Order: sequence, then structure tokens, then C-alpha cells
Amino acid sequence: MSEKLDCLDHVLAVDDSPVDRKIIEHLLKISSCKVTAMDNGLKALQFLGLNEEDKSSSGGIDGLKVDMIITDYCMPGMTGYELLKKIKKSSILKDIPVVITSSENILERIDKCLEEGAEDFMLKPLKLSDVKRLKDYMMKDVGGVEESEINKRKLREPSDQPPSPPSLLTLMSSLSSPSLPLSSTSSFSAPSSPTLLDFPILKMNYSD
Amino acid sequence: MLGLGVDRLRADMNRLLAMLFHQGVLDEQFLQLQQLQDESSPNFVSEVVNIYFQESEKLLRNLRELLMDKEFSDYKKMGIHLNQFIGSSSSIGAKRLRNVCVAFRAASEQHNRTGCLRALELLEHDYCYLKNKLHELFQIEQQRILAAGVRYPIQQIN
Repeated sequence: MSEKLDCLDHVLAVDDSPVDRKIIEHLLKISSCKVTAMDNGLKALQFLGLNEEDKSSSGGIDGLKVDMIITDYCMPGMTGYELLKKIKKSSILKDIPVVITSSENILERIDKCLEEGAEDFMLKPLKLSDVKRLKDYMMKDVGGVEESEINKRKLREPSDQPPSPPSLLTLMSSLSSPSLPLSSTSSFSAPSSPTLLDFPILKMNYSD
Repeated sequence: MLGLGVDRLRADMNRLLAMLFHQGVLDEQFLQLQQLQDESSPNFVSEVVNIYFQESEKLLRNLRELLMDKEFSDYKKMGIHLNQFIGSSSSIGAKRLRNVCVAFRAASEQHNRTGCLRALELLEHDYCYLKNKLHELFQIEQQRILAAGVRYPIQQIN
């Protein structure tokens, strides 16, 4: 079924965090994408076929064509912003859509990324609905084929019946815990920073 | 009989998760990860969590090494470790650990070494608690899967 694989969008995911790489890889796979994950910008550029002088290396491999790049902002060495700039300056890569992810909701950061040509800026932790939005930016034109057909295959809406027991969500809503964040944007917008006094001791009970 | 075992185990899992939510140890992001688990990737959550455990233990060791050094002054380096810890904790829904790290980072920014030491102790304690509870959760889940008669490769928890 190599034809089907060729139809899949190929996404290059760049993130120095192994946890986040695992998650984004999975989110993209269940959204019917082929994923290549890298842990730094330099390796990503090499993968894309740019050598250090930002010229395309000889013998570019067609099969490695990338339809979208998703990169974290904060990375040691080359930041996601620097990676974005290099991609947009390159004649062979500038048309590939680039999405920036970050755990921090900083307006100046978002603005400068969008100004530099980023397609979108997404707040971590990423959810399935964020990744679904990415499908709109993909470079590959799936002309003729119903995109929804491909997307439907392994996509699971968070609002659909989850594999975990349905009673858990009702259990959660019955708890009077006001501090549960319900959207990714609320993760870092606590009204005040917690201090060490805010943490009641968790007792370790070793049952059995 | 098998049906009853599965239901009881499911109830145990729910109770444990509800407790962890109620304590503020886990948040909704953990549920998001569970929803991403399916038949084709039945061990997704435990795989992510194992990666998190490995990374966290490395970070905790680094933080302790930094603070144990009598000549310690590299708060910037400590900040970098803490930012990593905050990010990965947030990604798996480890709400309480993330919040302790944020408080730790504040102490670090103030160059408050005593505050940092206290924060590190709290972090180590809470990390142990989370690790124990998640191991418990995965154990119950494995029992539930066995009781339901479905064959999955048993994931080794490190």
C-alpha cells in the first residue's frame, strides 16, 4: 500500500524534550501523518537538505519531501525562531509551512514568529484538536481525494467516547476542585505563583 | 465472574485517578494522553510516562548535584533544568510537580539557596509519590486487561 503512504503528509517535528517529541509524534501519527522527529534545529536543517552555508546539498532526496515543520521555540543551541528564519530565507524551503510551539504565552514571541512567516503558534501541552488544525496548513495538495476520508481513519475526537471508562469524566466534574485547568492556555496563567507553603504534604501510603 | 473482576478493577482505577485529581497531583492533560491510547498503541501512556520518569530522575540528580556543591552559584543553569522539568511535567499533566518547580524557579531567581534546598526536597518527595501512584495505576490497568482476556504486550515499568 505504498500509494497510501505517499498520500500521507510528512511532518518534521523538532523539539529538544523527549516527552514532547513522543507526544507530538503520536498526535501526528494518529492524524494520519508520516513523522520524522529531531531533537535540534541543526539536525533538522541537515535533514531538510541545507548544509551550513545554507545552500542546498547536492543530491537532495525527493522521498524526504516535507509538507510541514513543527518546532518548539525554546531549544538550546538553535532556537525555533532561528530555525524558522533560516527556513524562510532558503529558496528551496521557504514555502514549507512552519508552526511554532511553546509552553509560554508571550505576545511578543508570538508576534515575531508570525512576522517571520510562521503559519501558526501553538501553546503546549498540545492537544489532538491543535494537531487537527494543522492539517489545514499542510503543503501537500490532496486534490480530488476527500481529505476527511484520510483524516477520519485514525482520528479520535476528544469529545468522542474515550477508551477510558466514561464514568471518570462525570467523577471529575463532581469534584469541587477549582484549580483544574480545562484549556491549554490556562496552564501558565495562575493568578499568583505558588509558594512552598501551598503544598500540603502528600502522605505515601504503601498499601498491601 | 470475569466481568465482575474487570468492573472492580476499573472502579479501582477511577478511584485512584479521582484521588490524584482531587489532590492536584494530576490535571486534565493526563486524561488527554489516555484518550490518545488505542488498540494500535495500547501502551502509549506508560511509554510517555517512562520517558518522563527517566528525564525527571536525571534532572533531579542534576539539581541535587548543583545544590550540594558548596561553591554553587550557577542559578542560571538551575533555571534551565527547572524549565525543562516544568515543560515535561506540564506535558504529561503532572500538575503538582510543575507547580513545585515553578516555586523552585522563583527561589532560584532570588538566589535563595535555602529556599531552593527546601524546594528540592519537596520536589523529590512529590516525585516519589507520583511515581508510586502511576506505577499502581499501570498495574491495575494491566490486571484489568488480563481480566478482560485481551492480549497486550506487557510493558516493563522501569
